[in-house]
Amino acid sequence: MWRQKSKKMPVLKGYKMSEYVIETPKGKWEVIVGLEIHCQIISQSKIFSGASTEFGDDPNVNVSFVDAGMPGMLPTLNEHCVFQAVKTGLGLQAKINKYSEFSRKNYFYADMPTDYQITQFRYPIVGEGKVKIDLSDGSEKDIRIERMHIEQDAGKSIHDLSPTKSYIDLNRAGIGLMEIVTKPDFRAPEEAGAFLRKLRSILRYLKTCDGNMDEGSMRCDVNVSVRPFGTDELRTRCEMKNVNSVKFVMQAIENEAKRQIEQYENGLTVEQETRQFDPSTGQTKVMRKKEFAHDYRYFPEPDLPPLILSDEFIEKVRQDMVELPDAKKKRFIETLGLTAYDAMVICENQETADFFEKAAQGHDAKKVANWMMGDFFAMLNKKKCDIQNSPVSAENLGALVELISKDVISGKIAKDVFEIMSETGENPEKIVEEKGLKQVTDTSEIEKIIDQVIA
Amino acid sequence: MSIDQETVKRIAFLSRLSVDEDKIEATQDEFNKIMSWIENLNEIDTDHVEPLISVNDIQIKLRKDNVTDGNYREKILQNAPAAEYDYFAVPKVME
Amino acid sequence: MTDITKLTIHETLDELKKKNFSVTELTKAYLKNIDQAERYNAYITVCAERALEQAKTADQNYAKGTPRPLEGIPLGIKDLFCTKDIRTTAASHMLGNFVPPYESTVTEKLLNDGAVFLGKLNLDEFAMGGSNETSAFGPVVNPWSKDVDLVPGGSSGGSAAAVAAHLCAGATGTDTGGSIREPAAFCGCSGIKPTYGRCSRYGIIAFASSLDQAGPIAQDVTDCALLLESMSGYDAKDSTSYPTDVPNFVRFLHEDIKGLVVGMPKEYRPEGLNPEVAAYWDKTAEMLRARGAIVKEISLPHTQYALATYYVLAPAEASSNLARYDGIRYGYRASGDCHLDELYIKTRTQGFGAEVKRRIMIGTYVLSAGYYDAYYLKAQKMRRLIHDDFMKAFEQCDVILTPTSPITAFPIGDKEMLKNPINMYLNDVFTVSVNLAGLPAMSLPIGLAANGLPLGMQLIGKPFDEGTILNVAAKIEEDAGFERL
Repeated sequence: MWRQKSKKMPVLKGYKMSEYVIETPKGKWEVIVGLEIHCQIISQSKIFSGASTEFGDDPNVNVSFVDAGMPGMLPTLNEHCVFQAVKTGLGLQAKINKYSEFSRKNYFYADMPTDYQITQFRYPIVGEGKVKIDLSDGSEKDIRIERMHIEQDAGKSIHDLSPTKSYIDLNRAGIGLMEIVTKPDFRAPEEAGAFLRKLRSILRYLKTCDGNMDEGSMRCDVNVSVRPFGTDELRTRCEMKNVNSVKFVMQAIENEAKRQIEQYENGLTVEQETRQFDPSTGQTKVMRKKEFAHDYRYFPEPDLPPLILSDEFIEKVRQDMVELPDAKKKRFIETLGLTAYDAMVICENQETADFFEKAAQGHDAKKVANWMMGDFFAMLNKKKCDIQNSPVSAENLGALVELISKDVISGKIAKDVFEIMSETGENPEKIVEEKGLKQVTDTSEIEKIIDQVIA
Repeated sequence: MSIDQETVKRIAFLSRLSVDEDKIEATQDEFNKIMSWIENLNEIDTDHVEPLISVNDIQIKLRKDNVTDGNYREKILQNAPAAEYDYFAVPKVME
Repeated sequence: MTDITKLTIHETLDELKKKNFSVTELTKAYLKNIDQAERYNAYITVCAERALEQAKTADQNYAKGTPRPLEGIPLGIKDLFCTKDIRTTAASHMLGNFVPPYESTVTEKLLNDGAVFLGKLNLDEFAMGGSNETSAFGPVVNPWSKDVDLVPGGSSGGSAAAVAAHLCAGATGTDTGGSIREPAAFCGCSGIKPTYGRCSRYGIIAFASSLDQAGPIAQDVTDCALLLESMSGYDAKDSTSYPTDVPNFVRFLHEDIKGLVVGMPKEYRPEGLNPEVAAYWDKTAEMLRARGAIVKEISLPHTQYALATYYVLAPAEASSNLARYDGIRYGYRASGDCHLDELYIKTRTQGFGAEVKRRIMIGTYVLSAGYYDAYYLKAQKMRRLIHDDFMKAFEQCDVILTPTSPITAFPIGDKEMLKNPINMYLNDVFTVSVNLAGLPAMSLPIGLAANGLPLGMQLIGKPFDEGTILNVAAKIEEDAGFERL
């Protein structure tokens, strides 16, 4: 479903976005946030086996002996998952590591059939990069990426079928994941929200992950700490696992920051722990204390030799790159005269950007953008319709703008024409012709009339 | 490095094994014997030695992204100690 | 013909081609031997019916004149190889009822070459042990035993005992630290562990992934060459398998060894080395010299650290490889309603034997936070040094000759061995370095010690140069004239 992005980001306590400060009677605090995002890789088969990645099939169907961790089974690496990871790395403007290594992360977990996860530890496939985020006051900020590695997903437990048992479905086990780790560069909930939206947009442009947080194909862990405003202290951080929407991430940061400040101001400390965000209350609660923290016993995966990327491979990925939202936005502003805000909204997803470019072809791009931002998005929203299925085609929207530009119809009439277009899908010229909606602006027409009068 | 009884218990738990209370001391003793034998390795200075990870010096081979496996649920579940409704069944997991 | 089960594989193939007896007759003869030799406890599972079906097919192929390379050869399979629809236990209570729905690559290759599988052979639990005493199915008895029951060595103890007692024509084994070579030596058989990556590990229950290799145990060197050729080859299902062609190993057996340089590492002659072992070693060198080989002393300076290195790396990998035995998807599950973590603990504590648990805990410890660098990383670095020792040595020689084991087979339940696990580990002193370096190595019988028990010699080769090992081994075999049971 298409959701129009609200023009205004949620306003937070009246602070300017770039200076998110939490002020209490006792002092001013700032929040430091880092994110770890697990993104399911789009591929036909799993990262280490030939089983399908299809979502929504019957339980334990898309499972091979490898995925089920059967004795003697060995992993084999999916080329496309590597391709997708490199592509994502390039999209994050990151260093692609030609040498990377797989490791085992050991922990007992019912959804993890081998009781270890094959992941990358010391040598990830993607190194440092950055993502530019757009803030609601019009400013931009770079969020640095620490690293990105590839690993396998776990299966799923179903807890609500029986009061005494959990049931395990391994269909998801072994699907490729990219784990993107940011530097602790966020200073406001809004920044984290903007980052997730931008990241999702990049992943969707690249077609490396569908970015659906509600379906779990993109999952976010949030690390939060606070410090007195203006200092450069590093205080204990808490991690919140699997927060599954942009809104909840922002809420979790805000509430966790407040909780930590309260602790400090009451003379208490903050324990390093894993917490869980409860969407129903908006609060976080402790999940695992530090003393029960896992000891993952990472070591190099002996079943997989190191992954060495050739220049040709990386070049092949580069050839497959598309124009990303930032570049597109820049182009729309510079060559088509869009406002920064309109360009950002239109470029957030590729289908919208493509629609816009098609509609604007040979017409007044700025006017086309205005129409899209206004009546067009409103119509899609009202009809709960994807842009791909819009009753008003890009060509017809362009033609409508053209009729206005040439003064064939007035802006007011155009709204009525658009209304008809969105119901019938017909082209505007035809509607205007049939309904006789042309306004008389044709000078030759006027001259003809004048001639008649004079004669 | 000498291993204490707490460590024995922690290692046992990490391994998801239990050591009977009356055997903890014997296990600790045995552990210490083995580990002190292993510590002979410290006689050699390895500061500038690259760890050997992959003995036959090959690179990973990449598999084409085709669905070639799976779709045999009965074989996946046939050895399961408990399977219900086409799932593996375990005692209720709470975390 | 007196006893067709005493023939070697190459002799049997000749006889079958001449139609002197049928595969069915042969298979029945082996099954009869197995029946009469239950006291050795070599087999965990016997597949008589299936073997006879396979024999029938083999007979048809001989009748049609289209026999495959190993058509109708009755083999025993170490119960660490997953065999489709045949129970595969790893000699553990944990997998007591496990029936794999898939076939290991190595056994599939043997089946495709026409082999008949008689059954699954006993071993140390999860291949962890050097005496076959850790099997949940009881110890295997060495067929060379006289008054007291002796161990066959381990972990492929069932394989070596079955070959020695003619309970199969040949057997598969696996070798992580000496598990093919030591039992071969203890039972007077030949056995070869090929280069790491030569045989696919797909479908072999993993002990220590970076060290495990499959290989054959057989009556003589030629049989080893035949079986190894069938078992070898690149497999896309094992990412560590090496993409290289498999040579015709039998062809190597007839090459000359004149001018070949044989190295004898001085570190393998520690003070207190059993004089009988030392004497056989020297005698073997003399045989090779007499055939025109050049024998010289070499040095493998880090030899004394190989065992400790091995006993960090192998348990570390094992602790992770054996985590999957948790009672959820297959294998044993402890009874009783309990919390999931308790279920894991009860299942694993009851399902694994003492040695396996010991190694899992050592492995967990050396990988745990704060100890990784001191133990695991250190051992990986030592592994590099041990590997480089061999590479340097092979700049000066073509093949390395050492004893296989410092001792002969010892009694089951030997107090000295059981007193301290390290005593048992020390038996691997001559074999583990080879696994750490990933090299091919073979053991073949050289003669009997004064106690009447077989002793083995080990040949170590350059990576993927099994051919030279087999060639030199064939010469030693000819000169030694070892008399099998």
